[in-house]
Amino acid sequence: MSATALHARTLAELADGLAKREFSSVELTRHLLGRLEAAQPRLNAMISITGEAALAAAAQADGALAAGKAGPLTGLPIVHKDIFCTEGVRTTCGSRMLGNFISPYDATPVAKLKAAGTVLLGKSNMDEFAMGSSNETSWFGPVRNPWNTDLVPGGSSGGSAALVGARLAPAATGTDTGGSIRQPAALTGVTGLKPTYGRVSRYGMIAFASSLDQAGMLAVSAEDCALLLGAIAGFDPRDSTSVERPVPDYHAALATPARGLRIGLVKEFFGAGLDAGNEKLLREAFAVFERLGATLEEVSLPNIGLSVPTYYVVAPAECSSNLARFDGVRYGHRCADPKDLLDLYQRSRGEGFGAEVKRRIMTGTYVLSAGYYDAYYLKAQRVRQLISADFARAFERVDVLMGPATPTPAFPLGAKTADPVTMYLNDIYTIGANLAGLPALSTPCGFVDGLPVGLQIIGPHFAEEKLLAAAHAFQRETDWHRRMPAEFA
Amino acid sequence: MSLDRADIENIARLARLALRDDEVAGYVATLGSILGLVGELDRADTAGIEPMAHPLAGLSQRLRADTVTETDRHALYQQNAPQVEAGLYIVPKVIE
Repeated sequence: MSATALHARTLAELADGLAKREFSSVELTRHLLGRLEAAQPRLNAMISITGEAALAAAAQADGALAAGKAGPLTGLPIVHKDIFCTEGVRTTCGSRMLGNFISPYDATPVAKLKAAGTVLLGKSNMDEFAMGSSNETSWFGPVRNPWNTDLVPGGSSGGSAALVGARLAPAATGTDTGGSIRQPAALTGVTGLKPTYGRVSRYGMIAFASSLDQAGMLAVSAEDCALLLGAIAGFDPRDSTSVERPVPDYHAALATPARGLRIGLVKEFFGAGLDAGNEKLLREAFAVFERLGATLEEVSLPNIGLSVPTYYVVAPAECSSNLARFDGVRYGHRCADPKDLLDLYQRSRGEGFGAEVKRRIMTGTYVLSAGYYDAYYLKAQRVRQLISADFARAFERVDVLMGPATPTPAFPLGAKTADPVTMYLNDIYTIGANLAGLPALSTPCGFVDGLPVGLQIIGPHFAEEKLLAAAHAFQRETDWHRRMPAEFA
Repeated sequence: MSLDRADIENIARLARLALRDDEVAGYVATLGSILGLVGELDRADTAGIEPMAHPLAGLSQRLRADTVTETDRHALYQQNAPQVEAGLYIVPKVIE
């Protein structure tokens, strides 16, 4: 075995080690399960750890490897965000509402990664129904940041981010409705990709806001994101928003050099509100791209400043509709001794949902209610069109856009829970890509006072290859993405 | 736009959410704060702009042949139900 500890390796390096019989999938799985269990009291990154099933899957993968029937992901351990239905496994979405829900089927990304031979270690903690930016709304308690456990890991894919950041597993799935992959990836020093709307099937992914939600992944490197995206992308007749379009070879696309890449720097992202330390690191990252032969130019997204208010009409409206399905009748929490059907609905929902989920359902109910629909909902949909058109205009001039993923590094637990708007503004740089349905990723680009900072790269629809190639080129020139928090090294 | 207790209680009723008395004041404040944020949309000139419902312009909903494609798995699905009898979901009586 080489000097690099198993948990410090990327998926690509682990696949290489498995192929060369340096170690078995069972050995790797056992090692990571031990780390997950040991870190659980410190980080609370997991909701369920499925050790027995993982070891059985690893043994099966070792069989396939020995028989020469392995694929590129066979035997590689991963974790799924607990928003993805997983057959026979508790799937809670971070909510008391689904605290006892055992999924009878697999979400499509779960099924595809299972078929690819990956080993599921368990389900990661998350903000309740993916509504949060700090992983503090989970019914199962907050997740802590591995770089400093007094701080949040970001959210809503906070468990996935913390566990990859702490190298408890090499990769995890996530979902991104307003930044829920990129923001926690940035705050924990990992690489996170939100693909184009429609690129990855959402079948079996518990719905929050259907015109915004997209499945993606968090991993150590852009190369690993490319490997996973290749496995989960593609048309699925079970998702009516899934796009019929061939899946390119994302891994092969990584070789595309950054020379000649036209990079747009979003002017509006460098105003007041961006931490000076973050900005300095971003400017240094742009210089790396310039050195590689990319060109930089400033571009403007004039309406991007309205993306947070637009989102906080559209997302709650869709959430109030999607979460109407949780009625205490067919699955999920039911209150004790309902006196009639209305009481059953109201108390089951009142008890089953946490404070932030109720806040968003009520916001959505209000903006969709008679007399307010035009003023709020249609108005927001019109502004969404303007924001989307700004991006389209920018991409006539440049290949990708770059800017911050978050305004600041990770913040302390409890720092932003008193006023929801303060918390919502943490997603100011990420929401635009969701409103326009664009692919976007965050890659580590340095540290401020020992805390990781993310560089966000946004591309036109279905330009995942460009984003991944740009991030890969950057990660070959820098080692920020390989840094590990000392406590978990 | 500000909301009062009665507004919050009405919204909660429409959303079928039972709120405890001590929760209402918090929602008066926080929904008011959210509506303040959302009020910023008023400064956008959206005259003549089409509302955008989803990000994939030009895509239409697919149709499939009207044939049975799934097997009946209701017994499995009902394992997650709070109360089932004879294959039926049980709720409090709705017709007197």
